Amino acid sequence: MSFWNDPLKVVADWLLGVFTGWGMSETLALILIGFLGVLLLISLLMMLDIFLVWVERKVVSRFQDRIGPNRVGPYGLIQPFADIIKLIIKEDITPGGADKVVYNLAPILSMMSVLILWAVVPLAPTVLGVDLNIGVLYIIAAGAIGTLSIIMAGWSSNNKFALIGAFRQVAVMVSFEIPMLTMLLIPTIFAGSMGMNAIIQGQEVWYFWIAPLAAVIFLIAAIAELGRAPFDMAEGESELVSGFNIEYSGMKFGMFYAGELLHAFTFGGFLAILFFGGYRFFGLEKVSPFLAIATLIFKAFVGYFIIMWVKYTLLRIRIDHMLAFNWKFLTPLAFTLLMVTALMNAILKGTPTWLYVSLMFLSNVVVAWIALEIARSYSRQEREKVEGSKASSLVEIEAAHH
Amino acid sequence: MTGEQIAFLVVAIFTLVAGLLVVTTRNLVHAALWLVATLFGVAVTYGLLRANFLAVVQVVVYIGAIAILFIFAVMLTRKDMRDQGPQLNRNWLVGAILAMLTFVGLFFLLQSWNGMSMRAAEIPLKFDVVFELGNALTSPDGYVLPFEIASVLLVAALVGAVYVAFNRK
Amino acid sequence: MVPLSWYLIFAAALFSIGLFGVLSRRNAVAILLGIELMLNSVNINLAAFWRYGDVFNMTGQVFAIIVFAVAAAEVSVGLALVISVYRRRNTVVADEIDMMKW
Repeated sequence: MSFWNDPLKVVADWLLGVFTGWGMSETLALILIGFLGVLLLISLLMMLDIFLVWVERKVVSRFQDRIGPNRVGPYGLIQPFADIIKLIIKEDITPGGADKVVYNLAPILSMMSVLILWAVVPLAPTVLGVDLNIGVLYIIAAGAIGTLSIIMAGWSSNNKFALIGAFRQVAVMVSFEIPMLTMLLIPTIFAGSMGMNAIIQGQEVWYFWIAPLAAVIFLIAAIAELGRAPFDMAEGESELVSGFNIEYSGMKFGMFYAGELLHAFTFGGFLAILFFGGYRFFGLEKVSPFLAIATLIFKAFVGYFIIMWVKYTLLRIRIDHMLAFNWKFLTPLAFTLLMVTALMNAILKGTPTWLYVSLMFLSNVVVAWIALEIARSYSRQEREKVEGSKASSLVEIEAAHH
Repeated sequence: MTGEQIAFLVVAIFTLVAGLLVVTTRNLVHAALWLVATLFGVAVTYGLLRANFLAVVQVVVYIGAIAILFIFAVMLTRKDMRDQGPQLNRNWLVGAILAMLTFVGLFFLLQSWNGMSMRAAEIPLKFDVVFELGNALTSPDGYVLPFEIASVLLVAALVGAVYVAFNRK
Repeated sequence: MVPLSWYLIFAAALFSIGLFGVLSRRNAVAILLGIELMLNSVNINLAAFWRYGDVFNMTGQVFAIIVFAVAAAEVSVGLALVISVYRRRNTVVADEIDMMKW
């Protein structure tokens, strides 16, 4: 096997030879090689993170019909480095009365919860951190640690606005985990396994064509988990003066910000892996792992662009509307979709592919249409209630006028 | 000392120290955060025992839900942001003695059992633990009945908790 | 190779620490924290016996999952009760919640 077919194994074997040649025992050499692999992945991710800051600022500026940073370097490419230098040389203020250990630990945990997600992302069939057979649940677990870091940040800042922002954000994150987990079960049903590699290998037909509504609900739940608009109640500049990270300045704020961008890119990657075929592109991944990595990164950027598109187009939703939307609409819809998908999958087990794909797609469209009809009739009732009271009050005002 | 033994010792000492800090810190929010550390240590222990589904579910359920519930409850039930007074009640010495006696009693009980130095058998490579667990939880001659009753229990607890804590204004 | 005794002694120690927390703390929420430690130690025991006994018999892990569910149910109801008591009596110190009705 050559370097182009299986790069990680070739490099690991070479390093093992080098280390045992220096006299190290084999287990210690293996542990050290593991550490070096982790270090390499994290370094590449942080460099990607810097690039993501530039992408975010350029994209938001184009959505807002302006040019964005273009002074610092060609097309503003050096701008993120200028931002990093600014954040590092800022004064590191800890608010008086803040709980120092928890205050300093929160941004570290927030960044950690994003970086550990990449341990299960399969960049290529042979380039992945660890092929956990429960990779899908691992995503939720990493999200749980992120939730914890936000509440630590909000509480330790010794600031009422930070606490309210943290409470709201945690309530939204914990609530939207349920439709997200349910939608993560749908690729599991199709692939027969919770492992990420198995889900990608099972996508002869993209799971998006078999379960489009699942992809949409997963996207909505993922955007809520990320804490980005339209679900960014915690960071609404006009409501809560940036919520749980009010008291954070300098590089600690930089960790929260960069962590959020990397988290958004990671979920763009998960959308690509779970519903759009991951690193597959009509057999291209068998040619070389580097093409597979490039395909996955490209698809992740498309997913990230969709997440940014949603952020810069939609208005912020109020916190009680957000939670009502989750508990009264999204969760029942997610459970219904799971049951319908499982049932249809069992019924259509042996049918030819074109029939299977079209019937599953149709069932998703039917479920979505019924759900939207129910939502529409509910909103019609609400509107009639408001209109009725408004019309009667208008009549009273007219009567009092004459 | 094999690598696995060292790993187990590190995890066990970390978890026990975190557990001790849970029951002795004065500041309750710190106690809840040390509980998170303890639960994480227990999750790593499940990983060492090759029960990886349990490890991930431990993080999701205990750290992601129960620990956050504790933190919320601590923040909602304090008269001011500081912590007042000692955290141990008048009978703490009796409690400590009882806990020590329990541990020593369990230790001697376990020593007298000859299965104590059992070593773990290898799990065969083709054995998919998660698949078998799913089979056991949902097959009629498995444990589907306790599973369904546990889910009914959770629904009852959900409704009960919301009803009890509901703020009637 | 880690012998079974290490896991069982670890679980027994965690159980005793939880027991100390339940018996000696004033705050009701802190008592619930001790109960959580005890439930976790029981789970470690179950998982250890699954691994060191017959790996093909899934009873240990199934029991551990049921304990997860029961612990979650118990914590949510317990904390709801503590919050409700705090709203009425403005205290969560277990010693001061000593009258049924006044």
